[in-house]
This record gives sequence, structure tokens and C-alpha cells, in this order.
Amino acid sequence: MTMDLLVHFINDNITMIYILVFIIFLGTEVISNVPTVLHTPLMSGANAISGVVIIGAVLLIRQADANDYTILVLGFFGIMLAMINVAGGFAVTNRMLEMFRKKKK
Amino acid sequence: MEGTITNFIYLICISLFIIGLKKLSHPDSARSGNLLAAAGMIGALLVTLITPLPDGDNNYGVIAGGILIGTVIGLVAAKRIKMTAMPEMVSLFNGLGGACAMLLAIVEFYNHPEGESLFSGQVATTFFALFIGSISFTGSLVAYGKLDGFLRDSLVPPAPKVVNVLLLIVIISLCVYTMTLPGLSFTYVLIVLVLSLIYGITFVTPIGGGDMPVVISLLNSFTGLGAALAGLIYGNQVMLVGGVLVGASGTILTILMCQAMNRSLMNVIIGGFSAAGGGVAQSGDQVAKEATFVDTAIMLKYAQKVIVVPGYGMAVAQAQHTVHDLEKAVEDEGVSFRYAIHPVAGRMPGHMNVLLAEADVPYPKLLDLDDANKEFPSTDVVLVIGANDVVNPAAKTDTSSPIYGMPILDVELAKNVIVLKRSMSPGYAGIQNQLFFGERTRMLFGDAKSSLSKLIEELNNV
Repeated sequence: MTMDLLVHFINDNITMIYILVFIIFLGTEVISNVPTVLHTPLMSGANAISGVVIIGAVLLIRQADANDYTILVLGFFGIMLAMINVAGGFAVTNRMLEMFRKKKK
Repeated sequence: MEGTITNFIYLICISLFIIGLKKLSHPDSARSGNLLAAAGMIGALLVTLITPLPDGDNNYGVIAGGILIGTVIGLVAAKRIKMTAMPEMVSLFNGLGGACAMLLAIVEFYNHPEGESLFSGQVATTFFALFIGSISFTGSLVAYGKLDGFLRDSLVPPAPKVVNVLLLIVIISLCVYTMTLPGLSFTYVLIVLVLSLIYGITFVTPIGGGDMPVVISLLNSFTGLGAALAGLIYGNQVMLVGGVLVGASGTILTILMCQAMNRSLMNVIIGGFSAAGGGVAQSGDQVAKEATFVDTAIMLKYAQKVIVVPGYGMAVAQAQHTVHDLEKAVEDEGVSFRYAIHPVAGRMPGHMNVLLAEADVPYPKLLDLDDANKEFPSTDVVLVIGANDVVNPAAKTDTSSPIYGMPILDVELAKNVIVLKRSMSPGYAGIQNQLFFGERTRMLFGDAKSSLSKLIEELNNV
């Protein structure tokens, strides 16, 4: 039964699984050779990108019934919290990177 | 048709994330990388908002409210926070992203159609998202608390290793058990939720405050994983790819951060347990932080003002010509580069002036003690080349020190201090130098001349 479940899940999501594997390789490749001084800004930028989970919250609320308050309330908090992560994350990264602003020569 | 357009725009947004991350790992392009990733996020959000959906009431008012409030809070927090408090801010933001993944998973269970089998990949994925999102949420809050200082390292639950393993086993069994039941038991879901939230706390609490940046990076990749799982549940590519991207790069970054501290990831996580028990010997000793040549070169390139403090070490290594070469290379980047000469630097008065004059360093670039001390607070990088006693703060603070009362160069006031030195051995006066253990100090070990040549080389590379 468990095997069946696994086979089913893989068959249903085969494209997603392909994407997943490739992105794992890409994700590790893309940031190798990063100098130590950029560790914190890179972490912060990646953190802002992980706020992409907000898309799920938006889809959730859009699909919900206007009278389903449980979903609306939970979804509202989901959007708000993820949006703090996104907006704050990119803004804070930008501030950290001020020191790398190009100088006029 | 609309579906195709949506997917196409998602693809562009995903590419923006990838290019953004790539650019974020180089100092010259980091700022634009961050902006590109932000543009990708705005694009993905807009498309998600306007794509027609088969059913639902859209509820745009609720969405607009959430986005507006979240944006304002996020931007204000990012603006107000002090530069020194950046890591805890990132941690806090990360926890909120994890909380969103957690909420999505809860709603997914709430929406689970009655009568449909629970034994499916979908439900397993949702449980995983619930677990990961919750850990990321409470774990990040604990990391925030530790960095902010209101959670002390001494607050450790008894036998954290045993507790964590037990919790993990209970959580997994409960998830599996719930999936085998004929109908959904929301009570069990809530128990899994609460246990996962607790696990996040017990996972991070035993790890020492000094290792928090590594933990934050790890939790960041957890949030990415949470977003990816939510993407799997919703069949949404931009969430899946964005999440996995952060998960993978976050993991690598975590490992790189550990390597920079000469530790392994296991050592950081497990090491926390022993440190909590009785790591007095470790915490009592001071550890000087080491710099790499790349980092120092980047620091020099992006500085406004650099001051070199030469000492006997430069004379021994005959490095004055190399210093002058470095001066030219750094000045080519538009940086002010000068020398602070302590009256007794070297082995005789005027020793440094003679050496630097021999290397054709222009005389106006040499600052005397008083002028240099006025400059240090506004200096970005101080390079201490083989000087020791003349920059030892003990002369000001430690009455028992043999050099107490001697005027020194106040390099510790500069934003960054790089000390080029062959080893940690004390200077001529035979006393240890507190400067080397300072918050803003990094050590660059090696012979002054070869270290400087490597710096020039790296400066040309970055």
C-alpha cells in the first residue's frame, strides 16, 4: 500500500520532481565562491525570496468563500506575515549592501 | 490562454530569482541582484493577483489589507533597525515566512474534503509543510531572542538531545497514524502543530548565541523548504522553484558559514549541547577572528578611507615597497590611503618615515599621532602592519600594564581593523594585545610582504 502511494505520488508529480532536482543543483552552484563579507546579505536576500510562500496565501484567499471567516482570518495573517518577510527582507538586504555602493572615480 | 501567460510570467520571475541570487554573491553586483529578486517577487505577486481563477470570491479587500500592513511593518522595521542588529532582524523576518507556510498547511487540513482518503502524498506533504513551517517559526524567534539578548544561553532544557529525538519520533508517528485513520482528526493535526512548535524551540535553545548566524541560515533554508512544499500542495511553480532555490542555496551557505568558522555543521548543532553543560574553558579563552585575503581586498575596495599603521614587522619583512604598491592599487579604486606614524613605531624614532621615504611614499600621506587619532573614528579600514604595542589599548585602560600611559594610536575606533601579523605572539613589550580580540578586529596571518602581495592580487581580482 505504501509502495502504491509512493508510485502514485511520483507519477502525478514527475515534472515537479524533475524541476526540484535541477533546482537543487542550480541553487548550490549559483552561490558557491561567495566571499565571507557577503554571507549575511546573501542569507538575507535568500530569506526575502523564501517569502514567496505569500503566493500560496493569496491563492488561498482568492479561492475562498467570502463568508468563510476561518480561512479569511488565517489567510490574512499568512499574507501579512509573509509580506513583512518579503518587504522587510529586501529592504534590509538593500541597507546592508549600501557599503558596496560604487564610488565615483 | 491566461494560464499560459501566467506560467510564462512565473518563468520570468523564477529566472529573476536565480539571477538575483547569483549576483548577490559578488560585491559589485550584489545591490542589483537584490533589486532583481525583489522585482521577480513583485511580478509573481501581481500575476497571482490578476490571474482569473475558476471559483472563489477573490476577497481582494482582505488581500490588499494584508499586503499593505505587511509592507508598512516590514519597511519600517528594516529602516529603523541598527546595522549591528541585522542578523536578528533577518531571523525575525524568516520566522514570519515560516509562520505563513504553517498557516497554509493548517488551512489545507481545514479544507480537506470529507470522505477523501488521508493516505496520500498530498497529506504527507501538508504534514511536512506544517512541521517545517512551525520549526522555522519558533526556532527563528528563539534565535532572535538569543541575539537580542533577552534569552540567555544558560536557559537550556534538561537532556536536550533525548528530548529532541523523542519529540521527533512522536511527531512522525502521530503524522503517520493520522494518515491511516478513515476520517481527518483535526485534534491530531493540532497536536502535531503544537509539538512541532515546541520542537523548534528545543532544537535552537541549546545552541550557543555565537552560532546563531549559522542557525538562522539553516532555518532560512527550512523556510525555503516550507515554501517549496506549499508550492507542491498548490501545484504552483514559482513557489516550488523559489522555495527549493532558497532551501538549496541556504544549505550551502550554512555549510560555507561553518567552514568560515572552521567548524562542521554537526559540530555547531551538537556542539551546542556540550557547551551548554560546561564549556567554561572555551568561553573563558578569547579567540581572535581570522580574515581572508578576499574579504580584506573587498573591504579595501569599498572603503572611503584607509589608514595603514606600520610597525617593526613591516621593517623586518622589508615590505615598504609592497605597501606602496598596495597604496597605488587601493587609490586606483578612489579610496583615500594614508599612513599613521607613531613616534616610537619600529626600533628607533623616525624608523618608519625613513623606510616609507625609501619606497617613495609622498610625505603628506604620513599622519602624526594626534592627526591620525582624529581620523580613526571616520576611517573604514585600518591595516596594522606588524605594529603591536603602539596600538595596544591597555596603555589607556590597564594601570598594571608596563606600557600604561604611553600615547597610542586609537585604531580600535575605526570601523574595521585588519592586523597583519606572523602569529599571535605578543609585541616587544611582551604583553598581550586586547585589540586582537576586538569586535571589529580581524587577523591576517603571514609574513607582511607576501600578505600584502596577495592582497594586491586579490584587489585586482574582485
